[in-house]
Amino acid sequence: MDSVLTTAEHVEHEHASLPQHRHHFETEEQQREVGTFGMWLFLLTEIMFFGGMFFAYLLYRNWYYPAFAVASNQLSVPLGAFNTVMLISSGFCMAVGVWAAEMRRKTLLVIMLILTTVFGLIFIGVKGVEYHEKYENHHIPGFDFSTAAFTNPPVDAKTGKLTEEPISPDMAQHTEIYFFLYFAMTGMHAVHMIIGIVLLFWLIRRANRGDFSSGYVAPIENFGLYWHFVDIVWLFLFPLLYLINRHPLH
Amino acid sequence: MSPSTSHSAPVTHTILSLPDQSTAKMPKRHYLNNEDGLLSWLLTGDHKRIAILYLISITFFFFIGGAFAGLIRLELLTPQPDLVSADTYNKFFTMHGIIMVFLFLVPSVPATLGNFLIPIMLGAKDLAFPKINLLSWYLYVAGGTLTLAALVLGGVDTGWTFTTPLSTHYLNTHVLTAATAIFIAGFSSIFTGLNFIVTVHRMRCPGMTWFRMPLFVWSHYAASLLMVLGTPVLAIALVLVALERIAGIGVFDPAKGGDPLLFQHLFWFYSHPAVYIMILPGMGVISEVISTFSRKRVFGYTAVAFSSVAIALFGFFVWEHHMFIMGVSNYSALVFSLLTMLVAVPSAIKIFNWTFTLQKGSITFETPMLYAFGFMGLFTIGGLTGVFLGSLGMDIHLTETYFIVAHFHFVMVGGMLMAFLAGVHFWWPKMTGRMYPESLSKLAAVTTFIGFNLTFLPQFILGYLGMPRRYHAYPPEFQVLNVLSTAGATVLGIGYMLPLLYLGWSLKYGAIAGDNPWQATGLEWQMQSPPITSNFVETPIMDHEAYDYEWLANKTQKEVTTVG
Repeated sequence: MDSVLTTAEHVEHEHASLPQHRHHFETEEQQREVGTFGMWLFLLTEIMFFGGMFFAYLLYRNWYYPAFAVASNQLSVPLGAFNTVMLISSGFCMAVGVWAAEMRRKTLLVIMLILTTVFGLIFIGVKGVEYHEKYENHHIPGFDFSTAAFTNPPVDAKTGKLTEEPISPDMAQHTEIYFFLYFAMTGMHAVHMIIGIVLLFWLIRRANRGDFSSGYVAPIENFGLYWHFVDIVWLFLFPLLYLINRHPLH
Repeated sequence: MSPSTSHSAPVTHTILSLPDQSTAKMPKRHYLNNEDGLLSWLLTGDHKRIAILYLISITFFFFIGGAFAGLIRLELLTPQPDLVSADTYNKFFTMHGIIMVFLFLVPSVPATLGNFLIPIMLGAKDLAFPKINLLSWYLYVAGGTLTLAALVLGGVDTGWTFTTPLSTHYLNTHVLTAATAIFIAGFSSIFTGLNFIVTVHRMRCPGMTWFRMPLFVWSHYAASLLMVLGTPVLAIALVLVALERIAGIGVFDPAKGGDPLLFQHLFWFYSHPAVYIMILPGMGVISEVISTFSRKRVFGYTAVAFSSVAIALFGFFVWEHHMFIMGVSNYSALVFSLLTMLVAVPSAIKIFNWTFTLQKGSITFETPMLYAFGFMGLFTIGGLTGVFLGSLGMDIHLTETYFIVAHFHFVMVGGMLMAFLAGVHFWWPKMTGRMYPESLSKLAAVTTFIGFNLTFLPQFILGYLGMPRRYHAYPPEFQVLNVLSTAGATVLGIGYMLPLLYLGWSLKYGAIAGDNPWQATGLEWQMQSPPITSNFVETPIMDHEAYDYEWLANKTQKEVTTVG
């Protein structure tokens, strides 16, 4: 924390060997530390932001447990798992990208950033497919929402049995809250992904220009932190929304 | 008192007289005239210019919010609802609250004085992120403009608390516009806080250890923690309100299975700490002013510094005291009541330490000091009535009455606004290079104090007698006290108009201030007024404690011997 004090010995030194050095910092080291520290703090605000929704999830999951259980059965675990793999791959590529920038390997960095973007876009695409399915099933809260699938579950064609234990209409109403939280949380997560992808396009362009091949890696590192944070949010969302107690009634 | 470095002849006394201002000269180059043109202001990265931009914009919103306060008091002059209808009255107090809380009190001291002073006090050339600093001003302006749009389009009548499900299902006013405005203004506040924390951690000059920082910086650091951790929760609460309103779902609507208390929890998790976001920076101002005008190091520096952090910490665990009458569990209410009383301890530490700073100090009564005395008295009353309200039984009787209105106005207006004015007067010479007219400003300080007490003391009695808040009509027996209150508001209004006029006047005609018109010890007073754009010609090295008046006397004596 107190490393700023070491700037005393830098006062005598030459400043600004890098063109990216900004005048109000004493040293490049200070500039780099400031950037990273700022990003960590920003991520802290993001945790608080998502925290409000996690809190709401916790509350209503306790209140309306059966509704949450049947509603989460509507989500496709294979698609969710596929997306989880996509995000982890994307995060891995980002990590390799940060390493490539530090090693000043321009081509590898550009390739890794492109791969990060591609995996991110696949994630968004799959999310779109999932959202569309909800639209077809009338499971978008507030827009022609229907609880029919929960009060009157369809019959499985092969076994001839109900696909789901029916729940009372009262409780079925509360699936709307589940889907609201599902859309709010994954939607907010997707918004962060999209912002990240826009930033990735900008970083790819700069990396291609060679901006990060001469030892100036702060933007790549800090973006990496952001991208991993978005990954981690999903790693909480996936089990909470898709996996926990999927079939408590069977 | 403190181990000052004695490399020159030791001087045991401190300087008791203010410097002769007739010899003071305006420097040729400073941050105000370094560049010209509107664009040089709108695209500036200089924290001092951004502070001035903020000062202008928050003054604008203060007077709009104040106008609504005037309208409210005017309606309450008579028991009958004769000026406006109930709906319009609801809009008046809502707009008053939204503008005053989010667009004035939250950014008041941090975004203006904090922005201007924190880098200088730490010996840095600028804040850590100058562009984000400018962005935060633009977000503030965007939020402010949207609020004005909501106002012009027909206003909002939810109360500044956006209470659900009233705000989400039952009102047809511009809730969405106002919520978006607050959401955006919230990010302005987050960015300011983030900038301050990073600057304090990473931009301190050599020798500026944590316990050599002025207490102004400590209190801003604590307030910034609250901004960074609390504001995002308000943001998500407002997003949920907006989504619920658009889609008609019931996250907060009990009729559809939602929990209105969930909104209260999320809202007050920010909005109670927000009270400390508003008051902590003001406490920082008071520490500087009290020390300067009693020529003594702040008594118990470490205790005052840590009390700021303690307030920030406790401040996060008392929010439920806004919900005692909302059907929360008795046991949790008990815990929150206890925690609420605990938060009074660090505030009291501050008040007692300032009082001990005054003891045997060489006190003079310049305008900032008068405001600071006003702060100490009024904040103490505001804080102690807060302890009344924190106890469960009293709260059930007094909450939602004028008692609570008086309580938080004593803290926010009597406390924060007094501190803001103390700070603006105190640093005005540094910001503009010119003095304000002393006798007129003393008159303004006294007027404000009298007007304030006349406005809000009767409201304690009204509340105790049972007059509820947020009603535009009341039983005739309450009229005398209400007339007193309205008369006080008029005096208060004059007290606030005066500084606007004479500070504007002083920009052109005020006496030249000179570098250190108050003989204060802070780094900001050891440079020219107004400062140069990069603050320091070379990086300063801090070799003494904060508030070291012997160091200042030695330094001044050395300068005199060198020059003479």
